[in-house]
Amino acid sequence: MAEEKNTEVSVPELGKTAEERPKWDNKVQYLLTCIGFAVGLGNVWRFPYLCQTYGGGAFLIPYIIALIFEGIPLLHMELAIGQRLRQGSIGVWNSISPFLGGVGIGSLIVSFLVGLFYNTILAWVLWYFFHSFQDPLPWRDCPLNQNKTGYIEECAKSTPVNYFWYRETLNVTPNITDNGDLQWWMVICLASAWGIVYICFIRGIETIGKAVYVTATFPYLVLTIFLIRALTLPGATEGLVYLFTPKVQVLKDPKVWLDAATQIFFSLSLAFGGLIAFSSYNPQKNNCERDAVIVGVINSATSIYASIPIFAILGFKATSNYNDCLDGNILSITNAFNIGDQNVTRENYDSWLKHLNTTHSQEIEDLHLKHCNLQEFLDQSASGTGLAFIVFTEAVIKMPGSQVWAVLFFVMLFSLGLSSMFGNLEGILTPLLDLHVVPKWLPKEAFTGLICLISFLFALIFTMGSGNYWLEIFNNYVGSLPLLIIAFFEIISVVYIYGIGRFSDDIEWMTGRRPNLYWQATWRVISPGMLLVVFLAYIVVQVQQPATYAAWNPNYINFPMTETLDYPGWVFAICILLSSVPCIFIPIVAIYRFIQWIMRRVRQSQNRNPCENHAYEPELQ
Amino acid sequence: MLARVLLALSLVPALAQALCQPDGQDAYKVRLSIKTALGANAYEWNESEQFLFRATLAFAMRKYTGQETFNVSSVIVCDETPRVSFWFVVTNPNDTATLIPKNAVEEAIRLSRNRINSAFLLSDKTLQFLGIPPTLAPPSQPSLPVWLIVFGVVMGIVTTGILALIIIGFIQRKKKEKTIEDEDEEEKQERIMENGISCETLEGKDGVNNGAYSHDEDRLTQL
Repeated sequence: MAEEKNTEVSVPELGKTAEERPKWDNKVQYLLTCIGFAVGLGNVWRFPYLCQTYGGGAFLIPYIIALIFEGIPLLHMELAIGQRLRQGSIGVWNSISPFLGGVGIGSLIVSFLVGLFYNTILAWVLWYFFHSFQDPLPWRDCPLNQNKTGYIEECAKSTPVNYFWYRETLNVTPNITDNGDLQWWMVICLASAWGIVYICFIRGIETIGKAVYVTATFPYLVLTIFLIRALTLPGATEGLVYLFTPKVQVLKDPKVWLDAATQIFFSLSLAFGGLIAFSSYNPQKNNCERDAVIVGVINSATSIYASIPIFAILGFKATSNYNDCLDGNILSITNAFNIGDQNVTRENYDSWLKHLNTTHSQEIEDLHLKHCNLQEFLDQSASGTGLAFIVFTEAVIKMPGSQVWAVLFFVMLFSLGLSSMFGNLEGILTPLLDLHVVPKWLPKEAFTGLICLISFLFALIFTMGSGNYWLEIFNNYVGSLPLLIIAFFEIISVVYIYGIGRFSDDIEWMTGRRPNLYWQATWRVISPGMLLVVFLAYIVVQVQQPATYAAWNPNYINFPMTETLDYPGWVFAICILLSSVPCIFIPIVAIYRFIQWIMRRVRQSQNRNPCENHAYEPELQ
Repeated sequence: MLARVLLALSLVPALAQALCQPDGQDAYKVRLSIKTALGANAYEWNESEQFLFRATLAFAMRKYTGQETFNVSSVIVCDETPRVSFWFVVTNPNDTATLIPKNAVEEAIRLSRNRINSAFLLSDKTLQFLGIPPTLAPPSQPSLPVWLIVFGVVMGIVTTGILALIIIGFIQRKKKEKTIEDEDEEEKQERIMENGISCETLEGKDGVNNGAYSHDEDRLTQL
């Protein structure tokens, strides 16, 4: 073991004309790429939901604490180690210790699997984008049934927005075992998503660096436009008040802290190997400490900034629904009692109702008036695809000029996701390039094309009828636990195997400043400790939750509610496999190297005289 | 004679009232929501508007049946409320005591629904005939769905971009190989480098004989 520690870490020399390592055109490209990787769909559709669920403004407290003590230290560590060792994830961990090669392989596998389903979400975004150029928007009205006498039953029972998502987009099957066919429209959307990704990724960071000028900055422009528009909508203030009202007593629930820590961790895209890859293309004398703080702060600031227009618009939607509910009741009363048109308004509805209840209470009861409560509508929160494709699309149809807002929104989502895809793909490409598995005659364009093609073929699973259910599985099982494990091993290996002293020296050489007490404390104790706690708590929570999923079944009794089904045994086995395969390589590679080491020691112990070299024994004449 | 005529005349409105009954077998209820539809431009519902309604309905009957005998008097209205809602029946012009059956009235209204709506500046939702469902407008289906057009445009741009980048990359690589070859030849002519040390500096140095590597004497064991 001692021999491995003392071996010099091999750093490829600069100035080798044969295979010069690609580098960023300028610092801005590098920063924008890292920010684009960190800022993704989750900032827009996960953080606002968490903020709302966990007591509004009060959630910012655990969130910022997690950022300071977990997010930024881990981020700095990944950027620094990539910049120092100038290799992708596999090369870096191999360099620190050959026993740790499995960590890099785990990152590679996770990047690949996450890239598969992440781009499928982008394919869905593209589908909605293509459909946003119609007037009226296709998710506004239910389509007519066969004999044109009414609307299609499935749509009439739920809402046009739900119908468009579940039937016309996904064509979802009632359960996960029913595979359905490949939906051709989804396949071509997926192909176009991978095509767009390929065109940006074709020459690695050379093309990514140019693409990222647009994809990383455009979302901010759109968010600002939406902010200005949203604040002028009626009901926006209700939404914002609802979002930001701090409910401090929520902080007593440990689940809030767990979710804040996991959100920071996944939001910064740590442990994918992408950040290591990006920083490996930096010149060595670069202030990675400042970069880490910038990226971390901008990522969190973006989350908070994005939640403002999102919640203004959700407030507008809730107010619209509330007004529709009231109007429905008003119409019922007006028609039943033949009161003059528009005599009952939203303002005097309550007094009319009270008056009529005293005089004609039986008839009022027979009307079955809906109970309209603004709070209830505001409580209908959603996260993930539900927020983007159901809730937001419903809000957009009520806004004047719906097509413009829909187009802007989906282009924003697409560029957010695209810049994150770059990180996933670089997490695959850079380690493979560093391992020299690519034959010399294969040009880079062909290799990146091959990666995109293979990913596209695998991702065809998600275009089947049951694709949405499989995507949820990938999202829950791949994009969570393995990352925590990999990050934990990363920080332990850097701090305790590479050595915090050596690491601090490296950073001093790179940035000119030795890492101060904050970094030392967080790297040595606080961050690994927090990761361990989060990991254990995550397992405890997952084990307690039944393995179920929400299925869209038109024949369900309580339709349009989703049906809660259990995962069949074989599906659950796949879930476990997805979580464990990336992590299993850590022990496998360690054991493999250990066996190699043992065999070498055995061979050496058989050689008594180290100077005797049998290859040079002179021939006896 | 005069008395009989007067009696008959006074009975007619009473008879008319008897024909028009709310919830009658051949009667339809109409509901107008003028203020909802027109807001500030809403007109007052009065006798003249009622007259227009009856005339429009008579027109609808004429159009449907082809008989030009229907008149304003054929349409009888009753049970008006401030909502504005009322019931109406259509009497047979040939025999004022019988009513036109419900189906015929429905078909007539359906045929001329648009004209009836426009006469009052209302729509299917704001001029409701209870029991006659509004005609659902089938959505306009263009020959090629719009989304495929947008998809085609995007894919076209992407494919062109990919091909362009591949070709440019290919050309650049060829150019770089050529310049490297040219450079190599030039270098060979100008300076001969060996291990980074120019051979010129080695000229004049014979090198050091390394005794450890001279095997010639030790090759054959000495007898």
